Amino acid sequence: MDPQLKILLAVLFLLLGIASVIGWVLEKRNQQSNAVIRNLNARIKAWWVMCLFFSLAVLLGPKMTLALFTLMSFLALREFVTLIAPGRGDHRSLFWAFFVITPIQYYLIGIGWYGMSMIFIPVYGCLWMPIRNALAGDTENYMARTALVQWALMVCVYFVSHAPALLFLKIPGYVDQNAKILFFLVIVVQMSDVLQYVWGKTLGKHPIAPALSPGKTIEGFVGGILSASLVGMAMYRITPFSWWQAGLFSLLICIMGFFGGLVMSAIKRDRGVKDFGSFIEGHGGMLDRIDSIIFSAPLFFHLVRFYFS
Amino acid sequence: MIDLLFRGGLRLLTGAQTFWTGASAPDPDKVQVYFANHSSHLDAVLIWSVLPPDLRSKTRPVAARDYWKKYGFRRYLSQKVFRAVLIERTHCTKENHPVKQLCEVLEGGDSLIFFPEGSRGKGEEIGVFKSGLHHLVTRFPDAEYIPVYLENLNRVLPKGEVLPVPLICTLTFGDPLPLIPNEGRSEFLQRAREAVLTLKREL
Repeated sequence: MDPQLKILLAVLFLLLGIASVIGWVLEKRNQQSNAVIRNLNARIKAWWVMCLFFSLAVLLGPKMTLALFTLMSFLALREFVTLIAPGRGDHRSLFWAFFVITPIQYYLIGIGWYGMSMIFIPVYGCLWMPIRNALAGDTENYMARTALVQWALMVCVYFVSHAPALLFLKIPGYVDQNAKILFFLVIVVQMSDVLQYVWGKTLGKHPIAPALSPGKTIEGFVGGILSASLVGMAMYRITPFSWWQAGLFSLLICIMGFFGGLVMSAIKRDRGVKDFGSFIEGHGGMLDRIDSIIFSAPLFFHLVRFYFS
Repeated sequence: MIDLLFRGGLRLLTGAQTFWTGASAPDPDKVQVYFANHSSHLDAVLIWSVLPPDLRSKTRPVAARDYWKKYGFRRYLSQKVFRAVLIERTHCTKENHPVKQLCEVLEGGDSLIFFPEGSRGKGEEIGVFKSGLHHLVTRFPDAEYIPVYLENLNRVLPKGEVLPVPLICTLTFGDPLPLIPNEGRSEFLQRAREAVLTLKREL
């Protein structure tokens, strides 16, 4: 096993352990049960499960990681489609989206066919969805329904699949180490979420997007993104980047992640729900958890590919 | 093993979120009749699959014979995995009359999952309840009649479709329906339907 990966995992689980101890002490200190602390502990527990699953998949190799991301896309798509409440005319095209297009997309990523994996959903998927919907013969809201199915595929499958695609990049001088770039992306993006939450809860005063997400503040945004970028910069040794490149990449990942959360908030507002689901206790649904990866992964992937491989 | 895979598959398809809104859990010493709105062939098995193990082992879904007897795999599932009570929908005679069959199951100490509408609706509205539920209540007043509201299952496997599409479904279990002595048939059926309708969750 890659010695750097070992250290990375050790640090990760050490931090989780510290978080658990803090959560436990807070709960002991507060005799009357406190909703914030309970939510915090639920989140920490969920983090353990998510980190264990993710680390295990990465350690078992790229195929397992792909399987994990396929499952994540499947669950995200399920939440998304539930929210858009499809009509009868979408049934067959949705079957294609779940059981044909999603597996093929991850298969293409897995065999490393870069060109095809990049155009498969935007071209073939997005051509086939309107055709299949037209064949179903239901014209009520046809355009809106078809656009929603296309968008569901782009967001829940296509964009997400860029994260595991990092494993198949060929970077000179960085052979068989790509798992660490995926870790870099996921850790920076999730740290950014956590730190934005922490900064926002402690210092947050001025809402940044009151119409979309009243909980998000300018203080949380600036503090969270800058501190998470510093975390990313400090991790530069495990990446093929220099320290300032790692810092810039982190900044970009954090900003895109923030926008991802904002876009997903807009969707939830539109549909009048608080969370996409209740899949992960304390975190809402799968989409609530990966919204920031969805928007940062494609950009990060293409920049790394362009400059480093 | 197949039982586990089957329930796992159902979970993946439906995300089955279950809410027990009743004041207390079903009485283990009694038999239960779970009655729900009906919009999909998966309704019965989904209710069955989310029940706690001790209740599940004694609960048998009522299902259409023509659907579940058709192919080898469905037949295997319905007989070996969830022990469906298969009822005739088209050729009812005195001997195979559904109510008679169901009463025999309750007498044997098993619980039932039952759809008072009879056939599957479109999913948007709950149809009129047929008299079957009333027959059961008059013959078995000791059972607990528990209303269940199913949401979104009509979208997972709509009427006329063969292939399912994954969506998150919710199942809401209510309090057992209190029985009123000498209540008329239509009043009772109306009340039972209301009991299911009130479980509909507001988004």
